[in-house]
Amino acid sequence: MSATADPTQPTFLSGTNTLKSRLRRADRKRKLWALALIAPMFIFLVVGFIIPIASLLKLSVEDLEVGEALPRTVEAFDAWDGEGFPPPEALEIFAEELVVADANKTLGSATRRLNYAFSGFKSMLKKTGREAEEKLVGVPSDQILDAFIAIDKDWAKPGYWLAIKDAVGPLSDFYFLWAVDRVRDEAGDIVSRPSDQSIYLDVLGRTLEISIAVTAICFLLGLPIAYLLATLPPSKSNLLLILVLLPFWTSLLVRTTAWIVLLQNQGLINDLGILLGFWDEPLELIRNRIGVYIAMVHIQLPFMILPIYAVMKGINPWHMRAAESLGAHRWLAFLKVYLPQCLPGIGAGILLCFILSLGYYITPALVGGPQDQMISFWIVENMGRVLNWGLAAALSVILLGITLIFFFIYNRFVGFDKLRMG
Amino acid sequence: MALPVYASPAQRVWHYFFFILCTAIFIYLLVPIFVIMPLSFNSEPYFSYPMEGYSLRWYEEFFTSDQWLLGLKNSIIIGFFATILATTLGTLAALGLNRADFRGKPVVMAVLISPIVIPIVITAAGMFYFYASIGLSSTMPGLVLAHATLGVPFVVITVSATLVGFDHNLVRAGSSLGANQTRVFFKVTLPIILPGVVSGALFAFITSWDELVVAIFLAGAEQHTLPRRMWSGIREMLSPTITAVATMLILFSIVLMVTMELLRRRTERLRGIRN
Repeated sequence: MSATADPTQPTFLSGTNTLKSRLRRADRKRKLWALALIAPMFIFLVVGFIIPIASLLKLSVEDLEVGEALPRTVEAFDAWDGEGFPPPEALEIFAEELVVADANKTLGSATRRLNYAFSGFKSMLKKTGREAEEKLVGVPSDQILDAFIAIDKDWAKPGYWLAIKDAVGPLSDFYFLWAVDRVRDEAGDIVSRPSDQSIYLDVLGRTLEISIAVTAICFLLGLPIAYLLATLPPSKSNLLLILVLLPFWTSLLVRTTAWIVLLQNQGLINDLGILLGFWDEPLELIRNRIGVYIAMVHIQLPFMILPIYAVMKGINPWHMRAAESLGAHRWLAFLKVYLPQCLPGIGAGILLCFILSLGYYITPALVGGPQDQMISFWIVENMGRVLNWGLAAALSVILLGITLIFFFIYNRFVGFDKLRMG
Repeated sequence: MALPVYASPAQRVWHYFFFILCTAIFIYLLVPIFVIMPLSFNSEPYFSYPMEGYSLRWYEEFFTSDQWLLGLKNSIIIGFFATILATTLGTLAALGLNRADFRGKPVVMAVLISPIVIPIVITAAGMFYFYASIGLSSTMPGLVLAHATLGVPFVVITVSATLVGFDHNLVRAGSSLGANQTRVFFKVTLPIILPGVVSGALFAFITSWDELVVAIFLAGAEQHTLPRRMWSGIREMLSPTITAVATMLILFSIVLMVTMELLRRRTERLRGIRN
């Protein structure tokens, strides 16, 4: 703090080094203080936020369930080259461990994991586990495969054995392939999943499609409003700005609820439309894409208006007048003189709107139909109802990746210090 | 935007078109909010106009329902503690960030803004997975910690904005007059940055108050917050009680918004005097 000594005053200088070192000490002390002040927040966020998310994302490449239930089988299958059927020794180990796992009831998560590879694997494995002690243990090694097949004829298909080998872990690309509708076939090649399981590329495409459409509509509606706010005298524009901020400050859930009330079949919009004779039957405005767009644009619009308005406010109106006085048509002047100056605000608004749209869950879940659910919905589904955490994690990595790419662009061109919400 | 007297017919047409367009967009922005409020006073359980009569029955239903009141209580408790935690950590961090540049600053900033950037579903899923493993899921402390995490960045951003124009000579003056660091903070720094701290705290509170996705993942039936209760209500059957809750939430948002605007004006005025 006493670092501002006047160099022309020799009294304080009992030697340059002393002053230098004292300055350095003061500087270091200040930095330590700063770090000490930041540390609690930093530790809090790392422990309470970064670590939880990292530990979730880690699940996307982990494949530990089968290894935990059948540790020795996993080793034996790992050693098998994948040709034909596993060697009899591996099958014997598998049979022994099945007996133990069935007795200890530790087969649950392993059967669930293997069921992801083939539906029906779960019941087959449970059945084999139940009958293992009786029908598999002690069978001569040249007959053990036939003993498996005797319990369930599907064991005659090499694909099931390969699925176990594929699940030996500890790392696997299984869930990432699943998240892009791919799977490894019997030969280990990456192929498309059967069409009834292929939904995630569609979901990803739909997520991008909805985000782009919402951003585009927000831009078309937001630009005139921002222009109006920026060109009105401050007394009027402040009032209108409050009208923009009012919905902005109302919670997302409340606004979505309001749209349900408005859009449903007996809702206000349908009543009004029929009353005024625009249409005779109630229009389907909810549980479909129209509802999603209406509600999402409503929620996202302020994120477009505010950054554009902030930039437009700083543009000198004389530039337009100068262009017009030089003979440019109003529109030409707007396009050539005004709009280029707005680009930073437009870029910020579009990127912010797009980034925030990508992660929508609540609004599409409430006003959309089954075909309008975005990637977040499927993360929740797999996390909660389906309990396929690996797939949920893989989808999360994809969503996070896309978000971070666009945020990086945002940060490059706008700067995250401009990320002021309101 | 006034139309000049020399405007051509085309300009006139465009002017009125632009006016109508903007009016329509403002109606779109405001209609949901202003339609849902009167409906909460409907005496009949319908969502259509004209309303048959007015009553407070849906408000009465809210204030006599154990489930809704539990939600309200939980929201207040969680919001209160999350706000205190977020405001304390965030204000200290903003002071530290303002004090010095150091090498790890970009890392700190990246960690700091990540709760704003990372999609909320991923945050909620991560917390659900992690909190379950340490026994914090379906507990009030778990929700307080989660909501505080989401509020911290807003506090840091708001307080940092107040600190931008902060005159450090005031701190030096305090120190030179013999006050120690703590005393200088409470007697000099804090009163000056207080509007920023209060705005940050309001931000943190409203973040927790409106938060739903984390509550869906982390709250058991005993920890249901108001939005979480609404979410169940909407998905089961849209009852008019929900419009009453929505109306109260809208009014609450307006009060908070006006408070923050007044604080912002006060700060600007104070700065204006000092400059």
